[in-house]
Amino acid sequence: MALTRRQRARTFRGAQYTLLVVAIVVLALVADWGTIGRRLLNPEVAASLVPDVLVIGLKNTVVYTVLGFAFALGLGLVLALMKLSSVAPYRWLANLYVEFFRGIPALLVFIAFGFGVPLAFGTRFGIYTTVMLSLGLVGSAYIAETLRAGIQAVPKGQMEAARSLGMSSGRAMASIVIPQAFRIILPPLTNELILLTKDSSLIYLLGLSLGQYELTKFGREAMSSQANLTPIVVVGVCYLIITIPLGFLVRRLEARSAKAR
Amino acid sequence: MTAVTAAATPSRATGTVQAVVEIRDLRKSFGDNEVLSGIDLDVHRGEVVCVIGPSGSGKSTLLRCVNLLEQPTAGTVRVVDHEVTDPDCDIDRVRRKVGMVFQQFNLFPHLSVLRNCTIAQDKVLGRKGAEADRVARMHLERVGLEDKVDAFPAQLSGGQQQRVAIARALSMDPELMLFDEPTSALDPELVGDVLTVMRRLADDGMTMLVVTHEMAFAREAADRVVFMDAGAIVEEGAPEQVIGAPREARTREFLRRVLDPTHVEPGSAGR
Ligand SMILES: Nc1ncnc2c1ncn2[C@@H]1O[C@H](COP(=O)(O)OP(=O)(O)OP(=O)(O)O)[C@@H](O)[C@H]1O
Ligand SMILES: [Mg+2]
Repeated sequence: MALTRRQRARTFRGAQYTLLVVAIVVLALVADWGTIGRRLLNPEVAASLVPDVLVIGLKNTVVYTVLGFAFALGLGLVLALMKLSSVAPYRWLANLYVEFFRGIPALLVFIAFGFGVPLAFGTRFGIYTTVMLSLGLVGSAYIAETLRAGIQAVPKGQMEAARSLGMSSGRAMASIVIPQAFRIILPPLTNELILLTKDSSLIYLLGLSLGQYELTKFGREAMSSQANLTPIVVVGVCYLIITIPLGFLVRRLEARSAKAR
Repeated sequence: MTAVTAAATPSRATGTVQAVVEIRDLRKSFGDNEVLSGIDLDVHRGEVVCVIGPSGSGKSTLLRCVNLLEQPTAGTVRVVDHEVTDPDCDIDRVRRKVGMVFQQFNLFPHLSVLRNCTIAQDKVLGRKGAEADRVARMHLERVGLEDKVDAFPAQLSGGQQQRVAIARALSMDPELMLFDEPTSALDPELVGDVLTVMRRLADDGMTMLVVTHEMAFAREAADRVVFMDAGAIVEEGAPEQVIGAPREARTREFLRRVLDPTHVEPGSAGR
């Protein structure tokens, strides 16, 4: 009974490996590999999706995400500055905005934009404008919080040094504080980009024509037209092609800023 | 305690003041805590005034009231012919002419040494490109760092960073330089280079208001030494007098602690 610590650790690790192997074997035996090969991982179906999945789906996902992110970044910066403003109503408005858009599902924002705006204003924006606005509104709420934290993380002495050289507070913000804030928040900002990439899948709600399909919509259409799940797998891989390098970048940036500290 | 010598010179009324800094009955409170309780002080053109005193006596606050990094509670402060305590004063215009050197350097870490010295010339004075570079290089040469123009602050030693900070301030052609314990954050072996630069600056006729714990520097570079305690000026005069033969008991007590070799000076303590 009296096992040493090392013995106990070895036994425990052995049990974990055993469990893993058993689980894999059971899954392999239980799964219907014939059907999986035909319906889920069918190489012919996968091949039929190329190049459209790349030149339409992947391209549009990237374009929509970049548009939304750019708008979110601009609006997020305005909101962050409002949160830090000495004018109280600006702070209230910014807080209200952030709480609102962080508190409701992104899906609702897209529905509101896809159907509410045409109802309310009698016109439809172009697809790119609609995507940029709806993705941007959601993203900006999160980015505003990140940016505010980044601006406050810049040492107070930086603002003082800039002011003591005769810069106005706006100038000091733009030339000295905000560039440093962006360096600090590059990792969390890249995380926001990853989240936005996935949120862009909600755009299907807006009703897209074939050339406007992004990855998820593309995958779902192909799935139903070919009565096969393989397109979903292919589309999933396409998302990973975008998000895994970004995640890798985040870790690199985090390691770098940890070293600089 | 001491009557301020230049306070009532007639030239003041005519507007041809030689005083670059004129402080009258300056008060500053943080909440209930009165940190400056009625300071009168003048700094004349070309003069080097060193402010000494125990920790917490309000030296930094006094300096920061001169360029309005701290808003005075009462009193008037005139700097290069502008009354900075006047709410209508355009403080950014005054600050251009007043260089400030901080204890913690506060270099801009995301900019190269050269850009640190040109960005304010560019954004504030509208002095661009080659001309701003020329001015910056001239001052970097003056502080002995002409070979570091392309380095970033993090690549420099503390002493080098502080000299860049001095060059950065000088690049704006200031009429007055404020130093807040510029050597207190430095390893002892790096203090000398910075003091040498400051001494040369004084010799070149720069008007300087220096908060320092370096008694040797105050003794040889200052035209006047001001001893502060508990938010008031206790004693001021020539360095030989204030440091060499202090009149006030509080000054003697402070100097005994600071000059005692067994006493560890605040700020210069090794780790
Ligand atoms: N922003 C602030 N808010 C509240 N209190 C402050 C602030 N700045 C300074 N004080 C207080 O004012 C007093 C004087 O501070 P000050 O920094 O001017 O002293 P000092 O003479 O420069 O001291 P040291 O030699 O330690 O730098 C201290 O008691 C300090 O706690
Ligand atoms: Mg101080």
